[in-house]
Amino acid sequence: MNKIIEARFLAPDVKLFRIEAPKIAEKRKPGQFIILRVHKNGERIPLTIADSSTEDGTITIIVQGIGKTTKHLNTLEAGGEIIDLVGPLGKPSHIENFGTAVSIGGGVGTAIAYPTAKALKEAGNHVISIIGGRTKEFVILEDEMKAVCDEVYPTTDDGSYGFHGFVTQKLQQLLDEGRKIDFVLAIGPIPMMKAVADVTRPYGIKTVVSLNPIMVDGTGMCGGCRALVDDKVVFVCVDGPEFDAHKVDFSVLTKRNRMYLSQEKQSVEEFEHKCKLDAKIKEVANG
Amino acid sequence: MADLTNKERMKIQKHHMPEQDPLERAKNFLEVNLGYDTATAIEEAQRCIQCKNKPCVEGCPVRVDIPGFIKQIELGNFKEAAAILKKDNALPAVCGRVCPQEEQCEMVCTVGKKNAPVAIGYLERWAADWERKNIGLQKPELKPKTGKKVAIVGGGPAGLSCAGDLIQMGHDVVVFEALHEIGGVLMYGIPEFRLPKVIVQAEVDGLREMGVEFRTNQVIGMTDTVDELLKEYDAVFLGVGAGLPYFLNIPGEHLNGIYSANEYLTRVNLMKAYDFPNSDTPMFNVMGKSVAVFGGGNTAMDAVRTSLRLGAKKAMIIYRRTEKEMPARVEEIKHAKEEGVEFFLLHAPIEFYGDEEGWLKGVKVQEMELGEPDASGRRRPVPIEGAIKDIPIEVAVVAIGNGSNPIISKTTPDLKVNKWGNILVDEKTMKTNKKGVFAGGDIVTGGATVILAMGAGRTAAAAIDEYLKNPDVWLEEKKEEVTN
Repeated sequence: MNKIIEARFLAPDVKLFRIEAPKIAEKRKPGQFIILRVHKNGERIPLTIADSSTEDGTITIIVQGIGKTTKHLNTLEAGGEIIDLVGPLGKPSHIENFGTAVSIGGGVGTAIAYPTAKALKEAGNHVISIIGGRTKEFVILEDEMKAVCDEVYPTTDDGSYGFHGFVTQKLQQLLDEGRKIDFVLAIGPIPMMKAVADVTRPYGIKTVVSLNPIMVDGTGMCGGCRALVDDKVVFVCVDGPEFDAHKVDFSVLTKRNRMYLSQEKQSVEEFEHKCKLDAKIKEVANG
Repeated sequence: MADLTNKERMKIQKHHMPEQDPLERAKNFLEVNLGYDTATAIEEAQRCIQCKNKPCVEGCPVRVDIPGFIKQIELGNFKEAAAILKKDNALPAVCGRVCPQEEQCEMVCTVGKKNAPVAIGYLERWAADWERKNIGLQKPELKPKTGKKVAIVGGGPAGLSCAGDLIQMGHDVVVFEALHEIGGVLMYGIPEFRLPKVIVQAEVDGLREMGVEFRTNQVIGMTDTVDELLKEYDAVFLGVGAGLPYFLNIPGEHLNGIYSANEYLTRVNLMKAYDFPNSDTPMFNVMGKSVAVFGGGNTAMDAVRTSLRLGAKKAMIIYRRTEKEMPARVEEIKHAKEEGVEFFLLHAPIEFYGDEEGWLKGVKVQEMELGEPDASGRRRPVPIEGAIKDIPIEVAVVAIGNGSNPIISKTTPDLKVNKWGNILVDEKTMKTNKKGVFAGGDIVTGGATVILAMGAGRTAAAAIDEYLKNPDVWLEEKKEEVTN
């Protein structure tokens, strides 16, 4: 059991949790993840650790409510508990002084990019952060990024805030301006990561993405998280989660992540139906 | 009753294990074997002639006093029978169900030379079940506390048997488990219909009552390293089990619908995906579909029989050799056939094919025939030229074994492993090259059986007990090379 110390929404359906996990807080490095379950029949889902504090022994995760488990998680509040939490898992990000590093986060991907951006800065890089969101309210962690990066560029698809366009267009703009970029980290939805890889490929810029495939145990036992990188099978939980973006087979990853689409939909519908029922019962009970 | 002569005993025929009807059981997850009743158990126990040389004990990896517990069953002293079993076996109800007795104790049984061997496994199961159902698991006597602490890494068969012995020897024992449930392969791998999970949990609870402490959600190497454990514990036993599954390495293996047996069985057994959406973990809906399982071991049989129970229209084993070479237990193969599993023997998969969306549609297989004997005298399967066919399937399960998990070796660089990543140990003591660190089970041997892992756990426990009395002296005495 791990206690939730703080829980607050950063954007619609995007919630930050600070959870008591002293051992993980002490051990975790940027890029690593945890696996959690929210109830006794719950599934195991991997979530990247956004931050940690060894002082109060907590880790921070930022969750977008998409599937049943993340939606359930987002109903939890401070004082609540996570029944199973294991980590840190996966290899830490490779951090070195590349020169100028660009950290690109799409939506909740910014939360995953944040710890690595911070570590890149600490390693001496000039760090540029591009934070993408559909609209202004989906741009998250801008202040946190500003505190650890040299330049921060929010972008929105609809132009409601910051640069009007996709994160890739902002990246292209920087390249067109002749900025020398030595390293790119891109984390977000698969199409975004693939698009970033396509932008940097002709420039030969080293580009790293963090993959989030379907996982079960997360410790190198089940083989469910296999992906194709450089035409070779890799197991994301122990070989990753970060890989060379120019070598990842995004098409296979996309297809494999659709494996349980219909079941996920069914799960969410039943969960939301139950939530509505519960609310109704409460309403009736309260007269 | 006790007056039976050996001749009379030898004449009693072996009692069959009552089973659920094959067509009925292929639709449910309830246990296939139903167990003896008391009268049958006593009669089966009478078949043991209490021979002097006791080859069965030699044949048992954990050296259970087999004639001893069987005698007590015959005499009606069931509590004593269970107590004798538990002296040497931390998980008798588990072993009575999943051990390959036909290759171990029963294979060498003296009665078996003239008649069918005594049904040692069935009797073991019966005695353990009798205790659990009638008087509850009894706590064996524990030696006085030694003040020494041992960390066990991995809550599977190796770790549990090591823990069971060490706690009885008076040491403090903490088991670190990566998953959210204790039991390892007993929980995630072996299906309910062969090993009900309540039985695993009861045996784990028995260990807990004896004082073993269990910590779930701890990935040693990540949460704590082996070196960190060594600061807090006097010895460490590594029983982390099998690692990453092997795949066939043929085209199309990334298609949706292709699972490793580990993932397939974990989703069903540990995560209860068969109960979706009551259980959150999804799996491919097998109902009405065709499933092919590649491999010929117990895991392959578990996966294919699980598929039938999930409602598969057609469940197949595809294996490149013949039935004779299948590593699975005879009983498992027999059960699978009775339930309607189809066997494609001498068929080797060469390619998976799918649709544009990435879903599996079938497998291309090459028919084989037995060629000339190789150096070992076994006839090798060789492809029959042109004999290639397509088998339409929606689900494939690859059950061809596991490699080793890299987490411990990568985070413990001074621990010696072989080129496959298996930890090197001295087989007599299971000690590794690292002071205070012992290892056993699949992480040492590669994929093997529950009982071999338990045997390794016991060997290690005995060695750890000696080591803890005087580590430096013991290590000096056991200086022999660490090899596999």
